[in-house]
Amino acid sequence: MKKYSEMLTTAVASVMALAMLAGCGETAATNSGSGADTNATAATEASAPADGAVFKIGAIGPLTGGAAAYGNAVCNAAELAVTEINANGGINGYQVEYSKEDDELNAEKSVNAYNTLKDWGMQMLVGSTTSACSIAVSEYTKADNMFQLTPSGSAEDCVKYDNVFRVCFSDPNQGIASAQYISDHNLATKVGIIYDSSDVYSNGIYQKFVEESEGKNYEIVSAEAFTQDNNTDFSVQLQKAKDAGADLVFLPIYYKDASLILTQANTMGYKPTFFGVDGLDGILTVDNFDASLAEGVMLLTPFAADAKDDLTVKFVTAYQDKYGEIPNQFAADAYDAVYIIKQAIEAKNLTPDMSTSDLCEAIKGAMTEIEAAGLTSSKMTWDASGEPNKEPKAVVIKDGAYVSAQ
Amino acid sequence: MKKHDNFITYGIVIAAYVIFQVLSATGHLSSHMKGLLVPMTYYAVIAVALNLCVGILGELSIGHCGFMCIGAFTSAFFSKLTENTLPAAPRFVIAFIIGVAFAALFGFLIGIPVLRLKGDYLAIVTLAFGEIIKNVINAFYIGVDSNGFHFSMKNSMELGMEKDGNLIVNGAMGITGTPHDSNFTVAIVVLLIALFVVQNLVKSRDGRAIMAVRDNYIAAEATGINVTGYKMMAFVISAAIAGAAGVLFSHNITTLTASSQYFGYNASIMILVYVVLGGIGNIRGSVIAACVLYLLPELLRGLNTYRMLIYSIVLIVMMIVNWSPKVIEWRKRVFGGRKAQNAT
Repeated sequence: MKKYSEMLTTAVASVMALAMLAGCGETAATNSGSGADTNATAATEASAPADGAVFKIGAIGPLTGGAAAYGNAVCNAAELAVTEINANGGINGYQVEYSKEDDELNAEKSVNAYNTLKDWGMQMLVGSTTSACSIAVSEYTKADNMFQLTPSGSAEDCVKYDNVFRVCFSDPNQGIASAQYISDHNLATKVGIIYDSSDVYSNGIYQKFVEESEGKNYEIVSAEAFTQDNNTDFSVQLQKAKDAGADLVFLPIYYKDASLILTQANTMGYKPTFFGVDGLDGILTVDNFDASLAEGVMLLTPFAADAKDDLTVKFVTAYQDKYGEIPNQFAADAYDAVYIIKQAIEAKNLTPDMSTSDLCEAIKGAMTEIEAAGLTSSKMTWDASGEPNKEPKAVVIKDGAYVSAQ
Repeated sequence: MKKHDNFITYGIVIAAYVIFQVLSATGHLSSHMKGLLVPMTYYAVIAVALNLCVGILGELSIGHCGFMCIGAFTSAFFSKLTENTLPAAPRFVIAFIIGVAFAALFGFLIGIPVLRLKGDYLAIVTLAFGEIIKNVINAFYIGVDSNGFHFSMKNSMELGMEKDGNLIVNGAMGITGTPHDSNFTVAIVVLLIALFVVQNLVKSRDGRAIMAVRDNYIAAEATGINVTGYKMMAFVISAAIAGAAGVLFSHNITTLTASSQYFGYNASIMILVYVVLGGIGNIRGSVIAACVLYLLPELLRGLNTYRMLIYSIVLIVMMIVNWSPKVIEWRKRVFGGRKAQNAT
C-alpha cells in the first residue's frame, strides 16, 4: 500500500511536471497574446503604420506585497505616458506597446520578469523600480545589450553599465545636494541626523551627507540610527540631538517614520528646522498626523503633486482620473522615463524594425545629447555614466502645502 | 528494489537535464524558462537538504534558509575578493568548498545547543537562528585595501579605507557584483551530488541508526546508538547541502542582500512546503515538488495577480490529494485496479 501510494504520487507529480513542460513551450506565445490584450485599447486609438511595426516598452516593479505602492506607481504612470503618446500619434509615427511584470521586490523574480518581457519582444526597459532588483536586471540587459532606464533605482551600482541610465537622483547625490544646500543657504550651525540603518536608501544618503559635510560651515553634532524593528519611539534620538544643541535635524528617511519624529519632537518641545529628502514626500497625507506639525519642514524633492505648473497639473489630473489616487514621485519618474525614451528615439530617427542591440546603441548615444524637460525637472541632461544632471528642487511646507523654497 | 529506486531518481534528474538542454540548443526554450532553470534546481537542492532534516532525522527545522544565507555570503565574499586574481573555474570550486564548509560549521555550532531540544522547541530555536543570521549579516561592513581587511559594525565610513579600497560587504546593501558563475549544468551536478549523498546515507548503517532515532528515541538509545552523534551528523550534512544551494543562489544573481524575501522564515517555510507536499522522507518527491511549485507562479504570470490565488489553491488541492485519508481511499478505489495492471 505504501509502495503503491508512493507510485501514484510520483505518477501524478510527473504528469504535472510534463504538463508544465508542455506549457512552457507555449509561454512565449501566450505572453505576447496577453501583452497585446492589455494594449489593445492603446493600439487601436490611433491608426498603426501600414507595416504594423511597433515599439515595445516593458516595465518591472513590485505590483504585489509590501512595496506594491512603488511598483504600481511606476507601472501605472508608464502606462499613462504610453497611452498619451499613442493618442498623439506615437513615436516617429509608430505606435507603442506596453507590458508590465511583477517582481515582488525580489531580485530573482525581477530577472524572471525581465526574461518574460524579453520573450514578449521588449525593446526598451523602464525599470526595475527598486535598487537591488535594478542591479540584478542590469546584469542581463548588459548581456543582451538592451536599453534600460530605471525611473527610481537610486543606488550607485544601478547605472554601473553603459546601457543603463536613470531618472531619479542617486542616493549619494541626494546626500551631497542636501549638504550643499544647507551650507549655501546658511541654514544651520549644528546638525543632528536621524537615519534608518536597516534601509539601503537611508544609509546611502547618510554616508554621503557625512562625507560631504567635511569642511562645511556647520558641524554634525549627533548621528543616531534606528532600524525597522524599533521605529516607534524616537525620544532617545531626539533627546541626543537636543542636548547637543542641533538647530537643524536632517532626516534622510521615508515619511512614515518622519511623521512620528515630528510628533514626538513637538511633544518634548524641541523645535529645530527639519530637513529631509525625497522620501519625505507624502508626509502631509499620513493618517492621524497633525499636518500643522510639518510647517516649516524643508525637503529636497524632484516632484510635488500639488505644484501649479501645467505639466504637473495635467499629469496629476490624468493619473487621478485613471487610477483614483494622487501620484507620488515614483510615478513622476516613470512618466518622465517614457517621454525621455521617446525623445531619444526621435532624436536619432529610429524605427522599430531595428534590432534591440542597435536601438540600444543609438539611444545610448542620444541620451548624452538630449535635454529633456519633464515633471521632475525642467532641464535634465545625462553623461555617459548614466547619472542625470538636474537641479534639486527644495520645497518648504507652508500652510499645509509644498512651496518652493528660496 | 531499493537500489533500483535510487536510480529512478537520478534518471529523472538526468532526463530532465537532457530534455532542457536539447530544447535550449534547438531554440525551443523561451528565455523566461531558461532563466528559471537554475533557481528551480537550487530550490530542489535545499528541499533535499531539508527533507534529510525533517523526513529522515525527524526534527522540524524552520531556519534552513539561514544556512543557505551563510553559504551564499561566505562564497560570494570569496568570489568578490578574488574576482580579478583567480580564473573563473578554480575560483568557483573554492567558493563552493568555502560556502559548504561554513554552512556545515554553523550547522555544527547551532547543533550543539539545538539538538538537545525536541519537536516544537527545536523548531522555534532554528527559526530564531535564521533570523539572527540575517540580522547579523545586515550589520556587517567589510572592506579590503592595501593594508588588509577592515571591519565595522557601524557604517562604511568607520572602515577608514585607503583610496584603493574595495568595499565588499556593505551592511544592508549586502554584496553586489558577484561574478555570474552558476549555470544549469553546475546546478544539476550539485543536485545529483546532494541526491547521491542523501540517498546513500539513508541506505547505510548510519542512515538506519538515524531513522531509528527518529522512530523511537528511547529504544534507539537502549540499543546503544549514539543518539546525539547521529543527530548531529544528519543535521550537519543537511546544513552543508543547504549551504551548497546558497552558493548557487549567490552566483546566479548579482545582488545579494540578507533580507527576508530570500532568507527570512517565510522563505524557510516555503521550502518546508516543498518538502511536505513532496512527501516527508521522500527525497524524489521533494525534488519534483520544489520544481513544480517554483515554476507554477512563474508560468502563471499571464494571469497577473490571480496567480497568487491559484498558487494557494494548488497548494491546498495538492495537500488534500496527496495526504487526506479519504481521498487516498477514493483514489485507490477508482484508479487502483487499472494502475496496478499498468504497473505490472
